[in-house]
Order: sequence, then structure tokens, then C-alpha cells
Amino acid sequence: MKELIILSTLGVLSLIAGLLRIKRPFMVVVIAGLLLNISVCVLDWNHNENLYNMMTLDNFALAFTIVSSTLAILWFIVANAYFQNSNTFSDHYALVLFSMTGGLLMVSFTNMVMLFLGIEVLSIPLFVLAGSHKTSMRSNEAAFKYFLLGAFASAFLLFGIALLYGSTGHFDNAGIASFLGANKISGMALAGIVLMLGAMTFKVSAAPFHFWAPDVYQGSPTMITTFMATFVKTVAFAGFYRLFFLTFMPVRAEYALLFAVIAALTMLVSNLIASAQSNVKRLLAYSSISHAGFMVITLLCMNSSSAGTLLYYTLVYSISSIIAFSIFKWVKTHSAENEEISAFTGLIRRSPFLAVVMTFALLSMSGIPPLSGFMAKYMVFTAAIDNGFMWVAICGIAGSLMAVYYYFKIIIAMFAEVHESSEIKVPANLRFVLVVCSIALLALMLFPSQISSLI
Amino acid sequence: MLTLLLILLPLLSGFILLLTGSKNARQIALVLSLIEFGLALFALSTLKSGALETLNYNMPWIPNMGISFRLGMDGISMLMVLLSTMLMPLIVYASFNKTYNNAHTLYALMMLMQSAMIGSFVAMDGFLFYIFWEVSLIPIFFIILMWGGENRQKTTFKFFIYTLFGSLFMLVALIYLYLHTANHSFDIQALYAAGRSLPLVEQGLIMGAFFLAFAIKMPVFPFHTWQPSTYVAAPTPGVMLLGGVMSKMATYGLIRWVLPMVPDGVHEYGYLIIGLSVVSIIYASCIAIIQKDFKYLIAYASIAHMGLISAGIFAMNMQSLQGSLMEMMSHGINTVGLFFAYDIIYNRMHTSEMTKLGGIRGVESRFAFLFFIIVLSNVALPFTNGFIGEFLLILGVFQTNMVAASFAGLSIILGAVYMLRAFQKMMLGETNSLTLHFPKLEKQEIITLSIIVILIVVMGVYPKPILEITESSIQTLLQGIQ
Repeated sequence: MKELIILSTLGVLSLIAGLLRIKRPFMVVVIAGLLLNISVCVLDWNHNENLYNMMTLDNFALAFTIVSSTLAILWFIVANAYFQNSNTFSDHYALVLFSMTGGLLMVSFTNMVMLFLGIEVLSIPLFVLAGSHKTSMRSNEAAFKYFLLGAFASAFLLFGIALLYGSTGHFDNAGIASFLGANKISGMALAGIVLMLGAMTFKVSAAPFHFWAPDVYQGSPTMITTFMATFVKTVAFAGFYRLFFLTFMPVRAEYALLFAVIAALTMLVSNLIASAQSNVKRLLAYSSISHAGFMVITLLCMNSSSAGTLLYYTLVYSISSIIAFSIFKWVKTHSAENEEISAFTGLIRRSPFLAVVMTFALLSMSGIPPLSGFMAKYMVFTAAIDNGFMWVAICGIAGSLMAVYYYFKIIIAMFAEVHESSEIKVPANLRFVLVVCSIALLALMLFPSQISSLI
Repeated sequence: MLTLLLILLPLLSGFILLLTGSKNARQIALVLSLIEFGLALFALSTLKSGALETLNYNMPWIPNMGISFRLGMDGISMLMVLLSTMLMPLIVYASFNKTYNNAHTLYALMMLMQSAMIGSFVAMDGFLFYIFWEVSLIPIFFIILMWGGENRQKTTFKFFIYTLFGSLFMLVALIYLYLHTANHSFDIQALYAAGRSLPLVEQGLIMGAFFLAFAIKMPVFPFHTWQPSTYVAAPTPGVMLLGGVMSKMATYGLIRWVLPMVPDGVHEYGYLIIGLSVVSIIYASCIAIIQKDFKYLIAYASIAHMGLISAGIFAMNMQSLQGSLMEMMSHGINTVGLFFAYDIIYNRMHTSEMTKLGGIRGVESRFAFLFFIIVLSNVALPFTNGFIGEFLLILGVFQTNMVAASFAGLSIILGAVYMLRAFQKMMLGETNSLTLHFPKLEKQEIITLSIIVILIVVMGVYPKPILEITESSIQTLLQGIQ
């Protein structure tokens, strides 16, 4: 309960701050609030607080809340300029914080209604934020596309819930699970599961429902894209996992193959398309989709250790994404708004620090040791092979190789010789976050089990 | 503990070099690499005194996944560690004739690579081995990317993707074996047991997956296409590391990970690999003969020698394994020698096209003399280290597969053809307008070449101490297989 109160109070506070025109200091309040949220989560560990049979703050929920709040803190520090430069900063703060509240519901629900509410509270602010560059065509397009398709997905989700309710008579996940475990599965229930699976696949932007993601990611303001690619993806996956773990485990055999196909398709298609991109933002969008494919493997192999694997994967992936997107933003503003790979040419001369940190992030995303991205990929591959899905692992390896191709295009550009170049200065907040993130990428490789065996 | 120190010292050296900046970077690098060599010699004396336990180090790393930081050394590892720690100061010293931009970064990357390579030689945990194996790629990638010659972007790209491609197959094989171990562990003994319990066909597949990773790195025909262009694009210290030490990681990997892990598979399907290796020897030698550029010639000669080593390893007997280890040692030294000779010529003449050169002996006879001994060792003349290795190799392969041995023997004859012709074209004959102004050798260059030549001759005349290091380890290995 405390977590919910903290996050929503922060959202309301930011609206009040807007009325009082407190601009600069408010960032401190938000970060303090999030730190408080993290410490409350730590204190609640192992308590399994149940709220009216609607949500349970079990360790799964708390772990994902801690991770997503940490990501949000890092994000807020990087995104400082995004808030400071806008006239309506308080709306933006409020929207982000309300979206985070939705995220909390998504990782802790024990009832279908809360899942639906969580998704809506998470997404609706995002529709607005995606279009927050009001004068940009692309930003408007992104918001519109995201909203229309998101509404579609929500409808599917709702329809799926209705079908499940019709066939099982329950809204709460435990009730549905026990009904499915006791009875032979009906066609209607199966249709409900498949509809929900489709809707959630859309939300986490995995193939074949990923088509919205590149356009939305590219059109939205870069900082909002970062938020979507890190925080939103993490909680959406946590919700996805929680839904299937709590509810549909008894009939896992019926839909396991669907997950295998989704994972394999996502890893192959997105990486293939990403290899052909020259726009870095779009390339990173496709890379984000491809990582969704790897994360789907944890849903495919759902067992006692896969929640920890998902937690580890989302954390590692999000940290490298924060690095990649924020460096992209900074390089773009210093290269005449050039979004192509050519903007990165000779970055090693312009700012060795940025080039080295970006290399870290890209190596981690391509899964090359000693960066923790390797460990994350290793865990999902091992899980896939262990569960007899060798072919999914092979698809993943083929995807990784393609990924190396496009990530290294950026790395090679960064280390190319240039004759003329202007130096890029790195502001303190960006430098702080980049240093923290790079250390985290190395440290997570050394101590993976500290994260992955949390839950 | 000592083994851990061998990995940590170069790692630390790398960071020291990064922090100290460009000034005196190469001197610092030389001192640090010499200390590392001293440490390796100390480890050797520990090994000789029979205190094997003191060389082992074991610390749980990720216990719930059966991964531990397990290091250990036997004679085979020891020889490889000696090779790399011995070559490192030599490579650093050889680079004194040139000033590199951002020298401290270059030397730091070399040190980091050294650390990863030693790690892969002493890792006794499958996961750890894989990590070191992959990590060693990153420094060399950046060395070539930042200090390489023409076309380096394309070549490094191909090199990286190619080698990573092979490694991923090895990763899958490792995971597969790991899942077959009794209590899910990456411990080398557990992996051995798991591999040996597999049915024959699976053993063959595992062997294939590992071999793919190693064959690309060595390289062996038909997986060699990345190598010549990468060697040509790489700066001299980089190519010395690649050809001298890094290729040995692959052959070492075969001995350490493939032979004892899937012995039945090797018995059953090993002839395929011996065949491939022999094809590789003849193919690469023939291409080396028609090369016009000396650096390409060294690259192809290297493929031929690695093919012979690979054939020897899969012949799986005492002589062939001793020969392959000896040849790995001497190939490392000779390759560094050849590339240094190339470097000397290229720095002066700005070309390495052999037909444009000629008659250098008339101008700088000391260089011609030292170079000639290196060439002779590559031709496997008696009393050079090359002879000991190749002789044992061919003898060993002969015991297992007579046909393969008779073709593999061609490597010596063909080697004589391309090596002596290259020497003749560049060093003998008429001095032309270009080589007339061949500047005298610097002191540093003479010292480097002399060290290499002394090593070649000493190892060739008295190979016993080196063979002794590995003898008992190979015996243990062969007993385990039978």
C-alpha cells in the first residue's frame, strides 16, 4: 500500500508544484520520493502484503518495483533537461509518475481487473508523452499510432479476460488457475488465453505485434523513448510474466509452442530489419524489440529460476538502453540533429568518454563478455536448451550475430578517423549516470546471482 | 594464487598504462611484461618442484549455476603461459622502433589481451574459459581498428563476426555438456565426465562445434578467409599477438577441451579433421608460393603450420602431441621473428612486394644473416626449433594415419619452396635503386632479432627441457583417454 501511496502522492505533488511554479528543486523531491519508495520496498521484503485480494506485494512485485524505480531515478537524472526546457514541466512529471503508478499495479496484480487497470494507467500517460513535441509531425504520428493500436490491444486484452471469466467464473488469478488445473480446458478459455497473449505481446512489442514500436520510438521525444524502452518494457514484461505464471501455469503445454514461435520470430525478424537501418534511433528501437524476443524465452521456460532471469535480463538491458539512448540524444544535439550513424563518426576524437561508454553499452547489448549482457543472454540460452528448445536457442544465436553486425557498425563509426571535429562537452548529470551505468554493467557480470536469485 | 596473479598482473598493468598517459608508456609496458615473465618462470620452478596444488586456485563465482573461478596449471598450460609471457616483452620491445599515437592505450590493450589469453590457458572451468576466450577478442579488435592499415574497418568487422560465429557454437556445446553434468557444474572434470558419457554421434557433434570455434581462430581451411586480410591490416604488434599467441589459444583449446572431453568422438571422426588439416597445409602452402607480398606469404605460411599442428593433435599419440606443443612454441617465436623482419623491411622500403626488393644482403648483411636463420627455422632445418616440432609431428601422424602423414610431409618441402624463394627475392640478387638505400639496422632491431635467433637455435639444439615440461601432462591426458 505504501508504495502505491508514495507514487501517486508524488504525481499529485508535481501538479501542485506546477501551480506554485517550483521548477528546479522539484527534481530533488521526485528522486527523494523514489528513493523512499525503494527503501519501503526493501523493508516490505518477505511480507507478502495482500491488498483486498486485488494485488499482492510479494517479492516478485517488490523486486521489480525496486529495479524499475532505480531505472526511473537514473532516467530522471538524465532527462533533467527534458523537464527543465518545457513550459508545462509539471504535467510531464505528473504523467510520468502516474505511468509509474500503473507500472506498480502491473507488477503486483492478483486480479485481472488490476492487470487491466495497470496497463491502462501505464499506457494512457504514455500516449500523451509520445506526442509531447507538439510541433513535430513525427511526434504527433507516434502518439496517434500508439494510441490507436494500444487501444486495439487493450480491447483484445479485455475480450480475453471476458472469455476467461465466462469459462472459469473467476476474475482473480488464483481462482482461474485452480479452475484450469481442475478442469479440462475449454475452447473458450483457450481463446481467452490466446487473446491475452496477443495483447501482452503487443505491449512488450514482440513479433508479430511489434510494428508500432519503431515508429513510436522514433517519433517520440528521445527521453520518452528511453522511458518506454527501459521502465515501461521492464514492468510490461513483469506483468506479462506474472499473468502467465500466476494464472496459466496448469495449461502451459497448450500454449508453450506459441511462446517459442514468438521468441524465435522476434529475435530473427527484428535483428534482420535492424541490420538494414541507418537511423540510430530506429536501429535502437529494433534492437529493443529483439531483446523482447530474448526475454520471451523466460516466459517460455517458466520455472523456479526464470523470474530471476527475467529480472536480471530486464535490468541489464535497461541499463545499456539508458546509456545508448542518452548518448544518442547528446551526440545528436551536437551533430546538427543528425540521427544517422554518421553522427557518431569519430566520436572517439570528439569525446573519448562518450565513445568508450557507448562501446560498453553496445558490447553489452550484443552479448559479449565481460559485459553483463553476455550473462543475461547466457541465462536465457541455457534455460531454452534445458527445456528442450534447442532450436529457439539457435535462432537466438543467429539473431545475436546479426545484432553484432549492426551494433558494430556504430562502434566502428565511433572509432573512425575524422579530420575536423568539434569537442563534445558532457554535462555533470549525464556523466554521473553514464559512470554509474557502466560500473553496473561490469558489476552485474561479476555478481549475477545476487540479482537473479532474489526471486 | 600464483596463477591468479599471472592473470591479474597484466590486467593491472593495463590500467596502470591507461592512467599514466603516453609518456614512457612503452618503457613501462616493457618492465611490466618482464615482471610477468619472471612470474611465469617462478611458476615454472614451482611446477618443476612438483607443488602442483599451489598453482591451483578455486573460488566459487556463481554457485547456483555451478560456475567457479577455477584456475590450474599443468605442463601444457605452463608451456603456453611461458610462450605468451616470453613473447610479450619481445613484442613490446620490437615495437620500440616506431612511435604510435596514443601509445599508452595501445600497450594497455596489449596487456589486457595478455591477461585474457593467460586466463584462457589456465581456466579449469568451462564458463571461465569461454569468458577469457571471448574477452581476448575485444582488445585485438580495437588494436587493429585504431592502429591498423588500409581497409581496417572492413577487415576487423569480418574478423570479429567470423570468430564470434565460431565461438557461439562452442558456447552451445558447452551449455549442452553443462546440462548433462551430474549436478550442473562447469568444472572441467565434470564436463569431461559428461562428454565421455554421451553417445558417439553426440560426441562427434560436440567435437564439431568446438572444432569450428577453434578452426576459425587457428585458422584451418576453409575457415581461414578472414586471416590473410586481417594480418595485413593489423599493425605489427597486433599481428604478432594474433599469429604468435592468439592462434595458440585454439590449438591449446583442442588439447585441453576436445581430446579428453569427447575421446570416442575424436577416435571415430578425428580422421575427418586430420584430412581437413592436411588439405589446409597443402592449400595454404601452394597459395603462399604464388604470393607477391611478403606479409601475405607469412599469413599463408602460418595457416600451413597451424594445419600441421591440428593434424598432430588429432593423431592423439605421444609424439604427435609433444610435436604439436613444440611446434606451437616455435611457431609463436618464428612468426614474431618473421613479422619483425617484415616490419624492418616495410619501415625502410615502404613496400613489402618481393619483386620490388632484392639484394638487401649486399647492403645490410647482418640483417640478411639473422633473417636467414629465422627462415631456416620455418623451413624446419635440423638444429632449429622448427625441425623438432615438425619432425615429431610427422612422426606422430605417421603412426596414426600413414596417408595423411605422407601428405603432411609436403609441408616441409613446400615450406622450403616459398620461404627460400622469398628470401632469395628480397635478400639476394642484384641490389636495385630502392634497396640501395636500405638503412642500417638500429641497435634495438639487432637485439630483438638476435634474441629470436638465439631462442631458435637453443631450442633446436637442446629441446629437452621444453619437452620435459609437457611430457608427464600428456601422459596423464593420454591415459585418461584410453
